[in-house]
Amino acid sequence: MTMIELQNISKWYGKFQVLKNCSTQIAKGEVVVVCGPSGSGKSTLIKCVNGLEPIQKGTLIVNGQSVSDPQTSLPQLRAKIGMVFQNFELFPHMSVTTNLNLAQIYVLGRSQDEATEKSRSLLQRVGMIDHAEKFPGQLSGGQQQRVAIARGLAMDPIAMLFDEPTSALDPEMINEVLDVMVELAQEGMTMMCVTHEMEFARKVAHRVIFMDQGEIVEDATKDDFFGTPRSERAQHFLSKILHH
Amino acid sequence: MFSDLDYDVIQRSLPYLGKGMLFSLGLTLLAMLGGIVLGTLLALMRLSSFRILRLPASGYVNLLRSTPLILVIFWFYFLVPIAVKYFSGNSYAQGIGPFHSALIAFTLFEAAYYCEIIRAGIQSVPAGQSQAAFALGLTYPQAMIKVVLPQAFRNMIPILLTQGIILFQDTSLVYVVGLTDFMGAASKIAQRDGRLVEMYLFAALIYFILCFSTSYCVKRLQSRISPPR
Repeated sequence: MTMIELQNISKWYGKFQVLKNCSTQIAKGEVVVVCGPSGSGKSTLIKCVNGLEPIQKGTLIVNGQSVSDPQTSLPQLRAKIGMVFQNFELFPHMSVTTNLNLAQIYVLGRSQDEATEKSRSLLQRVGMIDHAEKFPGQLSGGQQQRVAIARGLAMDPIAMLFDEPTSALDPEMINEVLDVMVELAQEGMTMMCVTHEMEFARKVAHRVIFMDQGEIVEDATKDDFFGTPRSERAQHFLSKILHH
Repeated sequence: MFSDLDYDVIQRSLPYLGKGMLFSLGLTLLAMLGGIVLGTLLALMRLSSFRILRLPASGYVNLLRSTPLILVIFWFYFLVPIAVKYFSGNSYAQGIGPFHSALIAFTLFEAAYYCEIIRAGIQSVPAGQSQAAFALGLTYPQAMIKVVLPQAFRNMIPILLTQGIILFQDTSLVYVVGLTDFMGAASKIAQRDGRLVEMYLFAALIYFILCFSTSYCVKRLQSRISPPR
């Protein structure tokens, strides 16, 4: 079953075309890693999936609904798709628990008690239960990102989007976040991850999408991609990042 | 020249001056409250992606900000009754009285200034915050009320209060429509008893004490509100 389907998506910032005819599909339970040099449009692409960035051409279907259709309720659609940002974007004026409760209460209509129960079980799962009453500013980057993942999961999403979740982290904190993501992938969550963490891709990804200059240059299974990327640009990119 | 000053006049007129001060403070608080509410709406309109909301709001703000406050007070005191008579066709229609004219004039005038402060405050909240709120499925009003505005206002409290101090000083202009605020009360006593020097010095002292101590508190508050991130 296809969860996310992109059909010939194009997007412009003014005259500059950031996305050029991008097409791909993500099936239920699939983990897809999107990589590519900076400025290649990866983040823009993933933000189109839940309508944070509007598209100008093409069709984007998530869970059977067209994202750009004015009839579609974007808030309702977004509530079903978790998103994790590069800079965590926890709400700094709320405690960790309140961060997790907010949308459960106002979007899903859960009661305070139901929401708190859900939040606590997720904080337990990402190893942050001891910090439930702290504020985001009191946590390290890795801890904030784990809370952000829990906040996305609290909505019982059908898919999770990750926009460079480890890029703003100090090296020693990257693994604590990746561990949570690996666990999530192994449980069968549908995931679309923009990341440079090729170890993560090797470990759990089913497919790898390589983007360059707004185009999807390569869309291959993990083994094909790491074995013999077909395009020169992908080979070049891999040779650059895998040497480090 | 200071030998024949009569400081007793101050003590004798304290109840009257006190009433004037209550009026000044009341008008300041009401106009501040109204100005902040209206200013927030205007700021959201100015930041909207819809031209139809953006243009009227920026027109309003630019018009009011290039108009002297005293002229706005006159508009509401003198012109609005005329307009009401003209449009309602009722030649007996009454104005809304000096207090309400002044309150509306101050609220509308301050809203233009608060709009610009609040707009800057909203823009000081990183765009990722509203994106995160939207990504969770919050609607625009929910994202604003729960996520963006609380952070924006937290950043803005000092400058909003500073604008309030300016407003407090500006309320002395209500004497032009015959209202008696603190300044007006002091002025009336000064004229009546021929004690201009005493009363105007006393009024200046009171304004100085109130405004200076409030700005000092604002400064203290500002250093205590650490940036949220």
